[in-house]
Amino acid sequence: MAAMAVHAAVSRHEPAAPTHSYWILLGAVLVVSLALLLLQRWSTGLRRWIGHMFPIIAAAVVLLTLCAVITSGFRWLPLPYFPSPAGILQSMIEDRALLFDSTWHSLLLLLCGYTLGVATALVTGVCIGWFDQARYWGMPALKIIGPIPATAWIPLAMVLSPSQMMSAVGLIALSVWFPVTMLTVSGIANTRASYLDVARTLGAGRSYLIFRVAVPAAMPSIFIGLFMGLGTSFLTLVVAETVGVRSGLGWYISWAQGWSEYGKVYAALIIMAAFFSTIITVLFRVRDRVLVWQKGVIKW
Amino acid sequence: MVTIAAADAAREPSSLRARGVRKSFAAAGDAAVRTLALSDLSFAVEAGELVSIIGPSGCGKSTLLRLFAGLEALDSGELLVGNDPIAGPSAERGLVFQDPSLFPWLTVRGNIQAGLVARGVLQAKRREVDDFMRLVGLEGFANAYPHHLSGGMAQRVALARALINHPRVLFMDEPLGALDTFTRMNLQDEMLRLWQMNRMTMLLVTHDIDEAIYMGDRIVIMTPRPGRIDKTISVALQRPRLRSSPEFLQLRGEILEHLHLAGKAPAVEPT
Repeated sequence: MAAMAVHAAVSRHEPAAPTHSYWILLGAVLVVSLALLLLQRWSTGLRRWIGHMFPIIAAAVVLLTLCAVITSGFRWLPLPYFPSPAGILQSMIEDRALLFDSTWHSLLLLLCGYTLGVATALVTGVCIGWFDQARYWGMPALKIIGPIPATAWIPLAMVLSPSQMMSAVGLIALSVWFPVTMLTVSGIANTRASYLDVARTLGAGRSYLIFRVAVPAAMPSIFIGLFMGLGTSFLTLVVAETVGVRSGLGWYISWAQGWSEYGKVYAALIIMAAFFSTIITVLFRVRDRVLVWQKGVIKW
Repeated sequence: MVTIAAADAAREPSSLRARGVRKSFAAAGDAAVRTLALSDLSFAVEAGELVSIIGPSGCGKSTLLRLFAGLEALDSGELLVGNDPIAGPSAERGLVFQDPSLFPWLTVRGNIQAGLVARGVLQAKRREVDDFMRLVGLEGFANAYPHHLSGGMAQRVALARALINHPRVLFMDEPLGALDTFTRMNLQDEMLRLWQMNRMTMLLVTHDIDEAIYMGDRIVIMTPRPGRIDKTISVALQRPRLRSSPEFLQLRGEILEHLHLAGKAPAVEPT
């Protein structure tokens, strides 16, 4: 706790050209931590949380201070590539409207592509996993088309699709489709035979066997596919925005770089980190909900 | 025991009959080589009878149950339930494995009502779910997931799940094999109670000779592969049976003798 205050104070003296907003940020951290220090007297839950969280928060502040010392304190790193944390914060605030707009566009594009990809993948995955005919014809296609990185289709997608937006949605969907299909297939095909046998002797028809036995049994595997798909969809999103679509965080980064405004590049990267991390957290929450029946789930 | 000749007349719908059943499996890795699991197996089970099947490992006991349950197709011969040949699985014929095979994604209640959902009659028979949960003593565990249950509790759920369809015949493939002795003995009584209450035909495959005697009206001993009926023993003891009664132990001795498992008397050393 004391270390926090010291660090905050030190860092306020270090920057050569301290800016208004950086002051506020550090001040806010200081005020909040002092307030929590006071409050913890009355709440054991809060005290436990503070004990758990403060080392990592302190480390973040130390790291931030170190950055400030290196960049604006001693100017060891060349400008304009490495602006100080204060400068980054400043550009984040100055350009907040455009950043917000870009994040919104990225989110929209990601959700459209991801949803489309997952929906298609579940249909193809269940078909290939369950029906022998579909597996015979579908597996070779999956093996050939699947491993091609979605970004390799960019030249083709730009020619074929009527709009940049549509081609980007298609590419993201494609990048999600492969891992989700693959893991759905393996999940369905590896359904324990005894579950299916028991269901048959209980009078189950085909739709019960598929949707109430094989699909739930495949859920853990499907979620692994969803996580892998999410990773590739982030990649495809950023690449698509960088080379084609004229909006979104990927576009913003390359645009800011074009103007040599590296403060904005870092600002966009920070937002991207928070944005992607939030989406992964959401997926983990969904997974925990759907797979409550499973033992030993990884916490995010 | 119904003789083969008498079996040609109209039969009770919950009686079973096997005649000249033959079943082989492709050997792993080589489809041309086939292992004969059952060969020329014939026997009949009367409606409402409880028959224990014992025999050495790999004698095709489980295969026989799977054939009766309709999960496998036979090579040749005839399998009848009542007067109808078995064409595939049916809710009329329940099956319980040694591994309870509960659906882990469903709660205890979800598992027990699975049969009703599968047949699309849940709305009409929802009240029975509670009855069956009470029947197997699991009222307090309706919302528990299977991985929280002990082996004995899980097997009770599996029993309730099979019974909720009111099957005419219940096949049990070493249902208590994985349980400790105390749980096993308790569940044996429970299974007898459920059998008497539901008036169904029951076929019990087991490794446990005591269990076979304690439970069965008859004991069928099968030969090693290829499996066929070796010997049929009627158990004339009144229920509830006393595991330590002289008659019980004598029967046990006979079966062990027959299986050449009775052991040898120690040879007297010359002095």
